[in-house]
Amino acid sequence: MNSRITDRIATGVFYTIAAIMVALLLYLFYFILSNGLPQVTWDFLTSPSSSYQAGGGIRDQLFNSLYILVITMIITVPLGVCGGIYMAEYAKPGKITNFIRTCIEMLASLPSIVVGLFGLLIFVNITGWGYTIIGGALALTIFNIPVMVRVTEDAIRSVPKEQKEASLALGITRWHTIKTVLLPYAFPGILTGAILASGRVFGEAAALLYTAGLSTPTLDYGNWNPFAENSPLNIFRPAETLAVHIWSVNTQGLIPDVREVANGASAVLVIAVLLFNILARWLGSVIHKKLTAGK
Amino acid sequence: MAKASVTPSAEERLILTKKNRRWDEVRGRSLVTICAIIMIVATIAVTIFLAQKGLQSFTVNNINPIAYLTSTNWNPVGENASFGIFPFIFGSLAVTFLSALIAAPLGIGAAIFMSEIAPKFGKKFLQPVIELLVGIPSVVYGFIGLVVLVPLVRDNLPGIGFSLFAGVIVLTVMILPTVTTIATDAMRSLPNSLRQGSLALGATRWQTIRKVLIPAALPSLLTAIVLGMARAFGEALAVQMVIGNTRDLPGSIFDTSATLTTIVTLNIGHTTYGSIENNTLWSMGLILLIISFVFIFIVRYLSGRRKI
Repeated sequence: MNSRITDRIATGVFYTIAAIMVALLLYLFYFILSNGLPQVTWDFLTSPSSSYQAGGGIRDQLFNSLYILVITMIITVPLGVCGGIYMAEYAKPGKITNFIRTCIEMLASLPSIVVGLFGLLIFVNITGWGYTIIGGALALTIFNIPVMVRVTEDAIRSVPKEQKEASLALGITRWHTIKTVLLPYAFPGILTGAILASGRVFGEAAALLYTAGLSTPTLDYGNWNPFAENSPLNIFRPAETLAVHIWSVNTQGLIPDVREVANGASAVLVIAVLLFNILARWLGSVIHKKLTAGK
Repeated sequence: MAKASVTPSAEERLILTKKNRRWDEVRGRSLVTICAIIMIVATIAVTIFLAQKGLQSFTVNNINPIAYLTSTNWNPVGENASFGIFPFIFGSLAVTFLSALIAAPLGIGAAIFMSEIAPKFGKKFLQPVIELLVGIPSVVYGFIGLVVLVPLVRDNLPGIGFSLFAGVIVLTVMILPTVTTIATDAMRSLPNSLRQGSLALGATRWQTIRKVLIPAALPSLLTAIVLGMARAFGEALAVQMVIGNTRDLPGSIFDTSATLTTIVTLNIGHTTYGSIENNTLWSMGLILLIISFVFIFIVRYLSGRRKI
């Protein structure tokens, strides 16, 4: 009798906790979207930000965020996928593999401000580049590689053993098996992981504050020469991203419409992360269905 | 008949491509090995460069490391500059432990809900909710903390709103999904025989959870908490926006405070590279690095103790 009542109480507590989590998410999204969406107009998205007047937009910040994301993924995906292949297929159990695993865990758990400090030291001061897009992208690469390695390793390990053994039994080399059997099978998993990692990179700020900087030069969107000073494609220019912009308008507080700009930018950021999430799920299931010819 | 004509050509193809494939194998193998080496190099480079730079305030500027860590007087500018970072270490540890204290029961509770009480609802609905919470960028958490939580604390509780307390709440919300995700994996990986055995002995669900499942999953649950703490400890911007950033030790939980990450974030940009103050900030970066390594070793130790 007594234990039955405690069981009921405990169940009630667990339901309450689950309800708290859902309420938390609903409140956060409601707050961000209800305050932010009215700010997000075409004008807000396409006008440059202002450093001290009201009415600035987020055009450059949005472009910078996307551009840094693309460059980071161009560097990270090949490195991470190759690293994951090594860990899944070539690494022999032993001290060296153990050490590599420790390294991956360490990189994965580095606080992003520490990654930012490392970037500041190497890509800003020692190389003498100053605040640059490429410096920011390389810093982001450091904390994104472990994610990609883990995702790839898991995806490759989840390939059924028979597939791999059948290929090897036909006398095909290990590398060729990886290329033609394992990677295609693991592709949806890797893609989903890469998109989710993109969401994380898109919202990252602390690692970018002192590597990509807090400012953006005046950009001329008609100039597509990547070596020109005012070209948006120049990777050796400073670039404030959207997440950094939210932080800097709040901390510096120089513009009168801090709340409006930060609300709008937060909404754009959260919607972007949401889209990455949905895209990852959707693409993953679509490709999986195509490959496995399932229902 | 048709097969006979195919076989020699396939054989020929194999013979023709044999050498090619072997080279392929060597190239492929070296490519992935190089990527693995890059990860080792990156880890070692981060450690060595930050250690070398972080030690400069002791080796070049002759600051006493003991005084640096234990003094409560942080006054980096002027004639009688003194560099004591104890208040910031205290702030970092306080927000980390307090937020873990709140997030641990909630996170593990949610994990148990998802794995034991309502597995279907958990997987279909609660799991995506938690994944979305993980995805919200930390500046957004900081911003909401700044515009919602800080005024709320200011109006209803002692202090000016910016406080250790606000930092703890923001961090709790941030690490809650992390703790929940890992704890859920831990609970789900428990073998079903444990549950069935206990229930067959007549135990209620709560007795099963408390006496059988939680003890069995304990090392993994602790891992979840430690990883949550690691995230809380390293978070910079969200905390910086709500904690107030003062250099004194907080007298109560509603006082303003500062952490290692917030002081580094605020000051590394506008101090001269190579100056004493700048070097002491790099030393804080080194401390952050060392403590994040400590967290990893705790996690490794715990995963060695996993029973199941």
